Amino acid sequence: MATTTMTMAKALNEGLRRAMEKDPKVLLMGEDIGKLGGVFRITDGLQKDFGQDRVVDTPLAESAIVGTAVGLAIRGYRPVCEMQFDGFVFPAFDQIVSQVAKLHKRSEGIYNMAMVIRLPFQGGIGAIEHHSESPEAYFAHTPGLRVVSCATPNDAFWMIQQAIDSDDPIIFCEPKSRYWEKGEVDLDGPPRGLCEAELRREGSDVTVVGYGSSVKTILRAAEAAEAEGVSLEVIDLRGISPVDYPVVVASVLKTGRLIAVQEAPRSASVSSEIVAEVTQRCFYSMRAPGVRVAGYHVPYPPARIEEDYRPSVDRILDAVDQVMGYGQ
Amino acid sequence: MIDEELVQLLTPEGERVDHPDYASTLSGEQILSMYRDMVIVRRLCTESTSLQRQGQLALWAPIEGQEGAQIGAGRALAPMDFTFPSYREHGIAWCRGIPPAELLKLFRAVSNGGWDPLKYRHHLPTIVLGNQVLNAVGYAMGIQRDGADEAVLTFFGDGASSQGDVLESFVWASSFNAPVVFFCQNNQFGISTPSSTQSKVPLFRRARGFGFPGVRVDGNDLLACYEVTRAALDNARAGGGPTMIEAFTYRMGAHTTSDDPTRYRVDAEVEVWKHRDPIERIKALLVREYRVKPSAFEDIAAEADRQALQLREDVLAMGRPDPLSMFDHVYADDHPLIDEGRREMAALGLGGSH
Repeated sequence: MATTTMTMAKALNEGLRRAMEKDPKVLLMGEDIGKLGGVFRITDGLQKDFGQDRVVDTPLAESAIVGTAVGLAIRGYRPVCEMQFDGFVFPAFDQIVSQVAKLHKRSEGIYNMAMVIRLPFQGGIGAIEHHSESPEAYFAHTPGLRVVSCATPNDAFWMIQQAIDSDDPIIFCEPKSRYWEKGEVDLDGPPRGLCEAELRREGSDVTVVGYGSSVKTILRAAEAAEAEGVSLEVIDLRGISPVDYPVVVASVLKTGRLIAVQEAPRSASVSSEIVAEVTQRCFYSMRAPGVRVAGYHVPYPPARIEEDYRPSVDRILDAVDQVMGYGQ
Repeated sequence: MIDEELVQLLTPEGERVDHPDYASTLSGEQILSMYRDMVIVRRLCTESTSLQRQGQLALWAPIEGQEGAQIGAGRALAPMDFTFPSYREHGIAWCRGIPPAELLKLFRAVSNGGWDPLKYRHHLPTIVLGNQVLNAVGYAMGIQRDGADEAVLTFFGDGASSQGDVLESFVWASSFNAPVVFFCQNNQFGISTPSSTQSKVPLFRRARGFGFPGVRVDGNDLLACYEVTRAALDNARAGGGPTMIEAFTYRMGAHTTSDDPTRYRVDAEVEVWKHRDPIERIKALLVREYRVKPSAFEDIAAEADRQALQLREDVLAMGRPDPLSMFDHVYADDHPLIDEGRREMAALGLGGSH
């Protein structure tokens, strides 16, 4: 097994490079992704190697990045669009929801909207307004789209390639606060399918699910809980839409308890959907109601107080106490 | 009302006029053939309006008055060019060879598409104003990368000209020198809102500010619409970049069958435009210059009636789709929520042997 250590940013860069080498129809589009290599340097060096026609520095208009990607997809290209930040995807929302999500259906399967929309998401980098948002629920709610998130460099490397290979449009959520964290990358083969969940830690008392930057926070909480004698089973969802329910349900049938963690506001969110679905499927096996640990129902706060908004180890542990103490 | 910069090759009375930049290249035979297209498309439109009034269509967007713009532009296309319509480009669909019944699937509400867009090289109707214009520019960028001798022709109206997507398309096409022609049918109204609310300058002048040529053409002059579009497409295919064409025309009918134009415009204005009818002026030319006999026009009218009858039969034969078909083609690959929905619906006993 050939493994190497790299950051998530580098893993994404290498994954994009592999996809471009493999298929000449893959092209990257976005703001400042060429010479600069993107504001997070995810596309560093790719324009130099693949040229300006395949790594396109676009004018500054997100609706046009996605809207022209639709036309390129109709023409048989596989565009990978970079939204510079989560908070800037909304100008493209119309094209994503009205065209990207619907054209395969409207053309009765003739068009493939084989495109990836890369979205650096979630907070934790001390940024100013509009640079730390978690808009995944808007897209998870939309039929025709798939939404995924990577939590490790290995997944970043493989999932970006699998997303580009997919004939369906993929909203690819990258936890920007984890871009510079290193991890092992297995260069030989992907660990699993694009939307399949992964068990990150086995446990017996509580199932805790999350995605993106939350996965590491949950794993830290699991260590702390273990010290207190509570065993958490940690699932990295990877697929936000669709959610890999067989994996989640099997875990909850075992533990009888569920906590769903996300940075996005709680109401009408991905974690709400998971708790509802799992409750419906596992009701008689559950020892406590499912609990969501999420952002509050407020606009993302100024970065000086963002750690009071984001799910923390302490908030997850509070939720563990809640589900463990239910009915006692 | 008519701008001095308007390209016109045929007056409303059917008399030829010279233009310094454009000359008509069409033969009498071609003009007669395009006349036929206009008459058939208008007749199909009348039939569609009747079908809607009789409860057979959910909605219809009439084309009356815009046949010259659309048949002129549509017949200027090369076979491999690709077109991106809004929802009123029935004349373009006709020119691309799409069977009229397929066009009406959307309006009969049995499909959200209707035809094979790759086969006819005509994108599906776009109802969210302006979205298709960006899609068209993207397709044109693909043509550039393929090095193909093709161009894109995309359509929008004076209303959609205010949409950000249209203006972003102008930026994009200009920056990348994309082989796309923007064909704006200024039919004077976005539903009820006059074009003067959309723009304080003639729309074609916007192009200059984005760095490519804009041309205003008499949209009721088939000959001029053909030549201006042909030249713009040739220029795009030759690497000359985008052109915006503003076809100055008038929507003689309602925005759609849900609209009441008497609430926002006066009869006198409609009367003025009646005298500029695109079909009548070509007929006058054909009679005067090419001595086309009344029997030829009668034959065309009879053919249009036959087409309308066929359309009616085809539309009435379109039954309710199998409810389970709503789950088809939502995704290219398998999806658990699609499987689940299909199972739930089938368990209710809905749907056929799908």
